[in-house]
Amino acid sequence: MIEMFEEWYKSRHEYAKEWKDKTGGKVMGFFCTYVPEEILLAANVLPVRILGSHEPQNVTEPHIFGMYCPFCRDCLAQGLLGRYDYLDGMMIAQSCLHIRQAFTSWKKHMPPEFTYYLPMPHQVQSPRSIPFLRSELETFKTAVEQWVGKEITDADLDRGIELMNASRQAMRDLYDTRKTANPPMTGLEAMYAAVSNQWIDKAEHTAVVRDVIQKELPGRNLGLEGKTRLMILGSEDDDTAFVNMVEGCGSVIVTDDHCTGSRYFWNQVEPEEDRLLAIAKRYITRPACPTKDWPQRTRLDHVRMLAKQWDVAGAIIIQQKFCDPHELDIPEQRKSLDGIGVPTLFLELDVTVPVGQFKIRVEAFLEMLAEDDLF
Amino acid sequence: MAKYPTETLLSWSKAKEIRETYYKNYAAAHDKGGIRWVGGAWTFDAVPAGLGGDVYSLTSEPYGASCAFNKDFSTRAMEAAETAGYARDLCAYMRNYWGSILMNEYAFGGPFPKPDFIWQDHICCSHAKWYQVVSELEGGIPMFCVDVAVGPAEPFGTLTEAKIDYVAGQILDGIEWLEKTTGRTYDDELFIEACWNDFRSTSKWAQVCELNKAVPAPLDEKTMYSLYVLATLQKSWGVVADYYDELYDEVKDRVERGIAAVPNEQARVMSDTQPPWSALKLFRYLEQYGVVSVGSLYTFGLEGMWDFDPASGDLVPRPMPSKKPTTREEAARELVRWHLHKPEYQHFYDCDYKSQMMIAMCKNYGLSGVMLHYNRGCEGLSLGIAENRLAIQETGYPVMTFEGNMGDEREFDLGRTMQRVDAFMETLGVKKVAA
Ligand code: SF4
Ligand code: SF4
Repeated sequence: MIEMFEEWYKSRHEYAKEWKDKTGGKVMGFFCTYVPEEILLAANVLPVRILGSHEPQNVTEPHIFGMYCPFCRDCLAQGLLGRYDYLDGMMIAQSCLHIRQAFTSWKKHMPPEFTYYLPMPHQVQSPRSIPFLRSELETFKTAVEQWVGKEITDADLDRGIELMNASRQAMRDLYDTRKTANPPMTGLEAMYAAVSNQWIDKAEHTAVVRDVIQKELPGRNLGLEGKTRLMILGSEDDDTAFVNMVEGCGSVIVTDDHCTGSRYFWNQVEPEEDRLLAIAKRYITRPACPTKDWPQRTRLDHVRMLAKQWDVAGAIIIQQKFCDPHELDIPEQRKSLDGIGVPTLFLELDVTVPVGQFKIRVEAFLEMLAEDDLF
Repeated sequence: MAKYPTETLLSWSKAKEIRETYYKNYAAAHDKGGIRWVGGAWTFDAVPAGLGGDVYSLTSEPYGASCAFNKDFSTRAMEAAETAGYARDLCAYMRNYWGSILMNEYAFGGPFPKPDFIWQDHICCSHAKWYQVVSELEGGIPMFCVDVAVGPAEPFGTLTEAKIDYVAGQILDGIEWLEKTTGRTYDDELFIEACWNDFRSTSKWAQVCELNKAVPAPLDEKTMYSLYVLATLQKSWGVVADYYDELYDEVKDRVERGIAAVPNEQARVMSDTQPPWSALKLFRYLEQYGVVSVGSLYTFGLEGMWDFDPASGDLVPRPMPSKKPTTREEAARELVRWHLHKPEYQHFYDCDYKSQMMIAMCKNYGLSGVMLHYNRGCEGLSLGIAENRLAIQETGYPVMTFEGNMGDEREFDLGRTMQRVDAFMETLGVKKVAA
């Protein structure tokens, strides 16, 4: 059952194509987790997050200057290589500048039938951002209605909200199982579950998550008790080879703060009469991406809370090379975790991970944590 | 003999004086009980003006550029930022600025003058975060930042009332915050006047740039850097607005009399993004070829206010609002409507918008080619630059690219860039002219 997530992770394109054949519905590629999937689900559209493939490539150089993060270039490469040729639509919600270029170049050179740029506000700490986002959601909803040729009713929005909320709750429950002294699943399995959730039909994914929680995890003993408990945080990260290596060194990853992980599903839409307002509030108040975390640094408290509740001994801070948003947070993030006695290891990721080099550093970090434990 | 007559720009030294006064005013503000604030070159500087006539600012990008100009200072500043844990590939202005605080050295001498508050706006990922760190480094000085990233303005998008409400609403909240933070009563008249000065400065600067359509070009880009900078310092300052009026008259007179910036002008190019400030001699090198860089979307549109007209395919200086605002609310909304049309904001949403404006410049300013600075120091303005290159080339204009950094000279190689210029000149069929 739990292997389903890995299968989905590996067969994302086949899955989406089959979904299209089966349902006759439209597929929307999206670039950032601030995209209000509730509205897409309300229109019976399948949202699929566009991610890279972690292979060296030589197709993006004419399109994105090499000073931007490898993740955005890897994403664009997928488009240029035709791997997402089944997309009917493609959109982005405003987040960092880097990933925006993957969207704009893709749109320019391989436009699907529908594209959309949602100006998600950055000043999420201002109460002004909620009515503004609400109005942008209204405009977006109208655009989607025109695209799919069907009105999106309140009942449709309710369905979208319920699907997203159910999925979020299921993922929260799944992550909660990792709080135990002997986690019933590895960090790698959790990554497969969290990342595949960003492109699999929500109802289908939630059903499997629920089944796993109820039927598979109880009593499951992977012998993880006593392993060094770690959290991972930072830039986009769906690098399973990396996670596998870290856990192979005698640790277990028990939680994360990534847009490919817990940030995606952390909070729910609190239903209210004005559905779009309810959705707007959810995206404004979700755990912030660093691009939106100002003037206060709310991420520090959130990450400390995760570290405490999941009882981690150390944290690996991952930064995609050139990722300005995280580079701007990492020094404070490190100080903050240090302040609660959680040492950090900083690693810079590229499209492919120099596993051997990183392994030595991870081992040294784990040794250091083990010594800390002794004294 | 030179092809065209040339003269020094008479008002050049006045620009220099204004700049010096600006920096001195900031450093000395506290001596007379005044207020000092810091923020970016794009910030709505008209807003703090409502706090009184003794309120002085220090804008960060021109400050970072001034640091970069002084190689030794800049290297030490950036090393200080790196030692504090900040990555070497972050915005180079920002690292120069942080380094100044960390070293407690002001690029113009003395210790770094601590601001009373931060008043910033945000469209580049680094804008708000820049000052979040400044606030922390300075021991928690108060900060207010206005998000302006609401999507493109006309003709590329639509500035709906909801978008204006959002930005103007933040400004109005900011005014209350300013009163609370400084304990002063806000003067709407001063604010309205400052907004009007802002419109005057930014509209007039665009008109000055437009005069560069003339052959020979009355201004070259290297000179323009010393002129446009005033708007990056304080566009809402009456002194700056008045200066641009004067400058316009002088440049217009140059056009009428056929006065050239580059006496042997035989080809015209434009650049893009901030130049490597420590190596402006690159522009002097172009002169040896009789090539004038007439500007860039950066020099024209970083502060200049233009409307892009797709029908005529031209950038037109944005006309002044028909009347002066009369209330705080009206002024805030007008200020937002005005600034969100800034050409340099549009490309944040789509590289194609910038390509359209750049191609318009190629056509209307009689350019032979374009020199794009792939600027590792600025993630904001290098955004989409590779697509700009493709689009301009497709239209038939030759493009030269060179990598560098506007504020970190460790990432710029002058010798190699000059070789690229030589090769580019060959492509353009331009030969060196006798001095
Ligand atoms: S947040 Fe970082 S990793 Fe994510 S797209 Fe932006 S620059 Fe890349
Ligand atoms: S990266 Fe560029 S646009 Fe962004 S803050 Fe720095 S100078 Fe400004």
